[in-house]
Amino acid sequence: MIETKELPKELFFSGHTACSGCGVSLAARLILLAAGENVILTNATGCLEVFTTRSPQTAWGVPWIHSLFENQASVATGIAAALRALGQEDKVRVIAIGGDGGSADIGFGAISGMFERDDDVLYICYDNEAYMNTGIQRSGLTPFKGATTTTPPGKISLGNQRPKKDLPSIAVAHGVKYVATATIGYPRDLQNKVKKALSIKGSKYIQVLTPCPLGWGYDNSLTIKISKLAVETGLNPIYEIENGNLTSVLTVQRKPVEEFLKLQVRFKHLFTKKEGAEVIKEIQKIADENFNKFKK
Amino acid sequence: MKKVIEGLKAVAETVALCRPKVISAYPITPQTHIVEELAQIVADGKLKAEFINVESEFSAASVVLGASATGVRVYTATSSQGLLLMLEVLFNIAGMRLPVVLCCANRAVSAPINIWNDWQDALTVRDAGLIQLYAEDNQEACDMHIQAYKIAEDHNVLLPVIVNLDGFVLTHSYDPIEFPTQDEVDRFLPQYEPLEHLDVKNPMSFGLMAGPDRYMETRYALQESIKGAKSVIKKVAEDFKKAFGRYYGGLVEEYKTEDAEVVVVSMGSIISTIKDVVDELREEGEKIGVLKIRTYRPFPKEEVMEVLKGKKRVVIIEKCVSIGGTGILTADIKASLYGMEKPIPISNFIMGLGGRDIKKEDIRQVIKISEKGIKENEFYGLDEKIVKEMDV
Amino acid sequence: MTAIRAKNILIGKPGSSLANKTGTWRVYFPVVDKNKCTACNICYLSCPDGCISGDKIKKYEVNLDYCKGCGICANVCPKQAITMVKEEK
Repeated sequence: MIETKELPKELFFSGHTACSGCGVSLAARLILLAAGENVILTNATGCLEVFTTRSPQTAWGVPWIHSLFENQASVATGIAAALRALGQEDKVRVIAIGGDGGSADIGFGAISGMFERDDDVLYICYDNEAYMNTGIQRSGLTPFKGATTTTPPGKISLGNQRPKKDLPSIAVAHGVKYVATATIGYPRDLQNKVKKALSIKGSKYIQVLTPCPLGWGYDNSLTIKISKLAVETGLNPIYEIENGNLTSVLTVQRKPVEEFLKLQVRFKHLFTKKEGAEVIKEIQKIADENFNKFKK
Repeated sequence: MKKVIEGLKAVAETVALCRPKVISAYPITPQTHIVEELAQIVADGKLKAEFINVESEFSAASVVLGASATGVRVYTATSSQGLLLMLEVLFNIAGMRLPVVLCCANRAVSAPINIWNDWQDALTVRDAGLIQLYAEDNQEACDMHIQAYKIAEDHNVLLPVIVNLDGFVLTHSYDPIEFPTQDEVDRFLPQYEPLEHLDVKNPMSFGLMAGPDRYMETRYALQESIKGAKSVIKKVAEDFKKAFGRYYGGLVEEYKTEDAEVVVVSMGSIISTIKDVVDELREEGEKIGVLKIRTYRPFPKEEVMEVLKGKKRVVIIEKCVSIGGTGILTADIKASLYGMEKPIPISNFIMGLGGRDIKKEDIRQVIKISEKGIKENEFYGLDEKIVKEMDV
Repeated sequence: MTAIRAKNILIGKPGSSLANKTGTWRVYFPVVDKNKCTACNICYLSCPDGCISGDKIKKYEVNLDYCKGCGICANVCPKQAITMVKEEK
C-alpha cells in the first residue's frame, strides 16, 4: 500500500511576477510552507515586495504589510507589541523580511534596534547580493570583486572592493539567541531553521542566499545548482549559532571557487582579465577561511 | 480632578486616559517629559500598554504604524528634527489610512540647531495627509488628544492626527488642568474598532504597489476623506462640549470678530496674547478681533471666508516662513480668500522664529504698522545690531 | 458608511495573484516521465512558482497556467525524469 502524505497548503500563491527561476520567490514559498498560517509578515521595499503585490493583486496568503524600504524591522516590532497587547503573542508569530539592501544597508539601523530590544520577531534577510530590484547595484552584501552596475569592472577596476558585511556576526554581537544561514539549494534545511526560529521567543536572524539569474548572469534553470555551489565552495557557509555558540555546520563536498565563479557573468571579468587570476586566489582564501572558521 | 501641572505631564496623563495599547516615542527637547511620564505610568501599572523604547523617531513612527495596522490604538510624540526624520513614515501612515495620534511640541528646525518654539516642523509636513490641530493652551492640548482619537478612529475619517502645542511656551508651563475621570473618557472614547487589519483570520496584504493606472485615485480618496473630516472635527468638538463642558471652536475660533474691522489671524499659544491685546485695543475703541485657526489641515477655507468677509484689514501673525515663498499660514489664508468680490488688504508678519519672544507690545506694533499699508512677509522683531554685524 | 478609503486599491485579498496566468511567459515547458518519477518531492521544493506537485500514486504534474518554464525542476530531478520541451506556438 503506497502511502501518500498530503502536501501542505500553499500560502505563497502563483501568479507573482518574479523572474523565471528567481531564488527569492522560491525562498518565500519555502518559508511560508514552513511557517504556516499563523504568521504576520512585514516586507521591505525590494524585489520580493514588488513582484508579489502589484495592486490589486497579492501573492501572499498570510497577513502581510509593506511600509518602506528601511523600516520592516520596526514595523515588525510594532506588530509584535500589538499582539502582546492583544494576548496573541503565542498564537501568532511575526516575521520581518528584507533583501540584502534593506537589511545590511538602509534598513540596518532599525534591525539593530530590534535586535537590541530582543523583540519577538524572526528577521529573514534574502540575500541576492545586490540591489536587484533597482537594477543590480552594489550592496553591503555584494561579494568581493563581484560586478554590479555601481561596481563595474573597468580599465582600472576589478569590481566590488569590499567583502560581504558579516551580518550574522553582527546579529550574534547583539545577543540574538538564534542566528543561522541557509540557502534554497537545501530547502529542508531552510524550512527546519524557520520552524525552529519561530518556536523561540525573542529576536532571531536567518540569512538566506537566493541566487538571481538576471543579476548574477546565469541560465534560469541553474538557480538551485548555483545555490549549492555557493556552499560547496565555502563562499556561503551554512551554519547555526545559538546563544553565541556554533551548533551546526552543513558539511559539504568541497569544491574550488572557480566552479562557482565561472558559471556567472558577474565574475566573468576575473577570467578574462589578466589580474583576475590573483583575485580568484584571494576569493579562494576567503573560502578557505570560512571552512576553517565554520567547523563542527 | 483639577491640579496644577506641567503641560507635558498633563498631556501624558491625558493620553494614558485614552488607553493606547502601544506607545513608542523617542525623546527630543521639548517633548521629553511626555515620553518619560508615560514610561513611568506604564512602569507603575497605571496603564496597561506596551511601551517600546526605540533607537530613533523613524523607528518610533514605524512601530506605531505596525501596531496600528494590527488594529490597536497607539501613540507617539515628537518635535522638530524628530518629526522630519519620521516624515517618510507619516506619508506612509496617512496613505495606509491608519488612525495614529501623535503630538508635536512645535520647535524650530536645524540648521542652525535651535530647541525653541516655532511652527516650522509641523507645517513642513502639511502635505502628508495628517489632520493638523493647534492648541492654544494646555487644557486645550489635553482635551485635543481625547478628541484626536475620536476623530482619527471615526470610520468616516481613518486618518492620522497630529496635535500641536508650542514647545516650551506650553509644554513647560504649569497650568491648572481639569482632568476627566477614566469612566468619562471611556464613555466619550470607546474602544478602537479597526476595519481591515493584520489578522491571521483574515489575511490581507497592505502596502501594495499602485501604478500610474490607480495611484491617483488613492490620493483623490485621501483628499476627499480629509475634506469630509471637517464635519467630524466639528461634531467631536460639539460632543466634547456636551460631555465635558469645554469648547475651543471646531475648525476655527472667532473672538470679537463679528463687528470687527480688523482681524488678527494666527494659531497656537500666541492666540492668548493676541486676545489680551485685542481686549486692550477694544477698550481704546478699536474694532478688532481674532481668528484662531484651530484645524490647519484640512484647511477651514469656508470658515475663514465666513469670518473675514467684509473686513477692512487682516493681520496675520505667524511663526514660520517657506523660504523662497511666503509665510505658510498666509499662503493658505490668501488662497482661501482668492476670488472674493472685494479683496481684503492682508499684511503678514513673520515673528517668533526660533523661540524669539512675542510680547503684547510687538503685537500692538504690527497691527499699527499694517494700518499704514500692506506689509508682505515682513520679518518683525529682528535684532538690528545682529543683522548689521552678522557678515562683518 | 465609511470613508472613501480606496480599499480595493490599497488592500490585497489573498489569492488575487492567481488571476495573473504567468504560463504565458514561457518558451519551454517541463514534461514529467511518470515511469522515472519516484515522487521524491525535490522538484516540488525547488519550484519558485509552486507549479509542480503530486504524490506517490499520481506522480508529479505541472500546473501549466503558471509555469514560467525556468527549467529548475528538470535540472534538479535526481532521476532525470523531467525534460523541457519547446512550446508549439
